[in-house]
Amino acid sequence: MATTLTKAEDRTAVGHAARIAHVSKSFGGPEGQQLVLDDITLDVAPGEFVTLLGASGCGKSTLLNLVAGLDRPTAGSIETPGGRPALMFQEHALFPWLTAGKNIELALRLRGVPKSERRTEAERLLELVRLGGAYGKRVHELSGGMRQRVAMARALAQDSQLLLMDEPFAALDAITRDVLHDELTRIWRETNVSVLFVTHNVREAVRLAERVVLLSSRPGRIAREWTVDIEQPRRIEDNAVAELSVEITEQLRGEIRRHGQH
Amino acid sequence: MASTDTKPDDLAGLEAGLDALDAVQVRRTPVREVLLRKVLPPALAVALVITVWQLLVEAQVTDDYKLPSPAAVWNSASDMWLQGTLLEVVWTSISRGLLGFLMAVAIGTPLGLLVARVKFVRAAIGPILSGLQSLPSVAWVAPAVIWLGLNDKMMYAVILLGAVPSVANGLVSGVDQVPPLFLRAGRTLGASGLRGTWHIVLPAALPGYLAGLKQGWAFSWRSLMAAEIIASSPDLGLGLGQLLENGRNNADMPGIFLAIILILFVGIAIDLLVFSPLERWVLRSRGLLVKN
Repeated sequence: MATTLTKAEDRTAVGHAARIAHVSKSFGGPEGQQLVLDDITLDVAPGEFVTLLGASGCGKSTLLNLVAGLDRPTAGSIETPGGRPALMFQEHALFPWLTAGKNIELALRLRGVPKSERRTEAERLLELVRLGGAYGKRVHELSGGMRQRVAMARALAQDSQLLLMDEPFAALDAITRDVLHDELTRIWRETNVSVLFVTHNVREAVRLAERVVLLSSRPGRIAREWTVDIEQPRRIEDNAVAELSVEITEQLRGEIRRHGQH
Repeated sequence: MASTDTKPDDLAGLEAGLDALDAVQVRRTPVREVLLRKVLPPALAVALVITVWQLLVEAQVTDDYKLPSPAAVWNSASDMWLQGTLLEVVWTSISRGLLGFLMAVAIGTPLGLLVARVKFVRAAIGPILSGLQSLPSVAWVAPAVIWLGLNDKMMYAVILLGAVPSVANGLVSGVDQVPPLFLRAGRTLGASGLRGTWHIVLPAALPGYLAGLKQGWAFSWRSLMAAEIIASSPDLGLGLGQLLENGRNNADMPGIFLAIILILFVGIAIDLLVFSPLERWVLRSRGLLVKN
């Protein structure tokens, strides 16, 4: 399909949206240090969509926090040449004292966008997530799916080249999640942003990503990665998605089983 | 096409449908319902109290210099009104109370922010600040009179000592209750340090801060009344507290009742007219006011 090819060709420009090199992270506790991430090396190319997949305790959220700059690695380095990455959480994290539009405008303001341009830009971003009429809506007046779309618009307002997503759809119902998958794919292709998406849902990972990276647990290490050669737009029910999901799930279960053996 | 995927237009339509199904309906209560549910019950309660009062007077449960009739209190009020002193007395106290309260806000707010955000300051004066809340401000009247003399300064000192801890503590608990997620979201958007405090911490702490302001006003008013009752002097101008004290000196029970009712009335009125609407507006705009 033509669009898929264009996407791949965009990447001819050398560089990376994120370069994670030999990153380790341990947290100090009363019983000594606990290693959470062990020697993670991962590049995200400009415009690439990568999902980080793993069971509980694989440190995937920790890794995302490190890339977002909310925490520092114990060892190794992280580069994000496109500036401070945008981050979306499982909870929408929209500020309830602001309207949907003003939430986006706050992000624009903190980015340094002049006041005169903020309103127009906020409305453009709301249009992008198909919430054109929601500018003046309060957060509590929006449904769960709408809140996550506003959160997506706010993240995009940072104009970062890298969008980090920490299980952003985990709390949504299946129908809404499905629609948001389509929406995210569309927006990713329209904006050419790079996405690093964390999930424990194998099918979601395969549905969305160009590359799926499987992390082992305790400590988190890169166990294996897959390139997903299925044309977009995909459906979560597609046979190709299901087949790859089965293969990845097998591997994931293998990783989990190792923890029961000692 | 590898799959029977949704066409872009279908997706937009599907999404519009979902939004319409899921969107939360916000309903405003009609005025009649507000009157019926919020105004009628307290009005009935007041009417009941006055009726019982009148019945007690008519049954002559005690001497009439101890329990004046509602009519006597009313006459005492209308006498003052005709002399033109009623509003003056009320205004003397309200203006003192509000000015003192505003000063308490101006001092308590930065103090609260400092305690909330600086660990050392919190460890140093946090416990003292919450302890001060349980100290009745009457206790400050004696030293304030000795230090500052019988004047307005002393009144304001007593108000501040009563209200500043409430305002500061309200802000501290407001800041403590800010969800960590908001702070993380703020930091990823680039709001840290002072910008984070201004754009994220303060607005997020607003409900707790307002509760502190409300309590701060109650403490201001109480402190002022204590100061006015204890420290009366002709130089001070007649406030509600002095009105009460004059009533005692003249054995004028209707005057005492009138003063008490006015003190209560002002306290309730400021709360109902200023703080409650403010608090409700903040909570409603955040979807925190749940109606059943």
